[in-house]
Amino acid sequence: MKAALHRREVVKSLLKDRKALLVVAGLGSTSWDITAAGDSPLSFPTWGAMGQAAMMGLGLALAQPRRRVLVVTGDGEMLMGLGALATIGVQRPANLSVVVIDNERYGETGMQTTHTAHQVDLAAVARACGFKKSTVIRNNAGVAKLRAVIHGKSGPNFAQVKVVAEKLPLVLPPHDGVVLKDRFRAALLADVLPEKL
Amino acid sequence: MKWPEDVHRGLSAAGVRVVGYVPDAGHKRLIELCQADRKMRSVVLTTEEEGIGLAAGAWLGGRKSVLLMQSSGVGNIVNVLGMVQVCRFPLVMIITMRGEQGEFNPWQVPMGLATPQVLEAMGVSVRRASDAAEVAPLVAEAFKGETAAAVLIAQKVIGIKSFQEQRAQ
Repeated sequence: MKAALHRREVVKSLLKDRKALLVVAGLGSTSWDITAAGDSPLSFPTWGAMGQAAMMGLGLALAQPRRRVLVVTGDGEMLMGLGALATIGVQRPANLSVVVIDNERYGETGMQTTHTAHQVDLAAVARACGFKKSTVIRNNAGVAKLRAVIHGKSGPNFAQVKVVAEKLPLVLPPHDGVVLKDRFRAALLADVLPEKL
Repeated sequence: MKWPEDVHRGLSAAGVRVVGYVPDAGHKRLIELCQADRKMRSVVLTTEEEGIGLAAGAWLGGRKSVLLMQSSGVGNIVNVLGMVQVCRFPLVMIITMRGEQGEFNPWQVPMGLATPQVLEAMGVSVRRASDAAEVAPLVAEAFKGETAAAVLIAQKVIGIKSFQEQRAQ
């Protein structure tokens, strides 16, 4: 089935009126996607540590159980840290959603196909690991439903959004890691832990 | 052996709320103490690398964490230590050494020998406890630094020499 959704529009829809949502994005295209949707201090786009986006989301979700946490990452990044799905499945954080923007390609390295272009089914893996909800999304109605899940439904939730493989202009977030970390903590924790910043 | 009790008290005093670990016989008692501590969330990992993401995420959320592993796991975290360095995430790792005095498995030796250099090459400060009494004070010191730090526990402190002895524990 040929994908019809466009990644930038999907991510923009998911982050619309994001309010208190905390966001971690995986290395590469999804970091540019969340930035194109509007940079925020409560976004942590990664420029490295490939494979760790979902685990960063888990750490954040455990640290902030009253906040909703969203990990937006690519199929290649998720495949590099597949064990994280098992680890999250064991912890079962109700406030965490992991969304894989799946273009079946390594977009930053020349659009080589990933495992999801073949038979590998990430949503099935997440389901088998114990995610409460796990879906494959192929149309706008599915994206709208996913937005509601991310913002309100008890998790852990997983979604694999099939998107068109397209090379888009880069929309880059700040790349200084200390800035990204400190602005996130300042925005999230300023009223809680002023002395720790 | 009471270093695990001392370290657990130290983790508690430092305000650690998230404990990532890949099981290791040398860490058995400390893992049990953390699991039994209702203020700590113990997270079993499929690979040590996940512990770095976990620690970074917890810190973003305002929580301190610790990562427990054995020296072979250091080989699994090298690239992601780049994020720790570039973002200046605080990180405390307590690492039981393999491939040292009393090792029965030659396949553990290369990574054991390389462990301190690999950590230092990635910007992690390394402290070594050669005696059980040194472990807890070194862990406490590692937390005070708010930087990337590893406390290596010498294999002679753990003292496990064979699978038979592990089974007898």
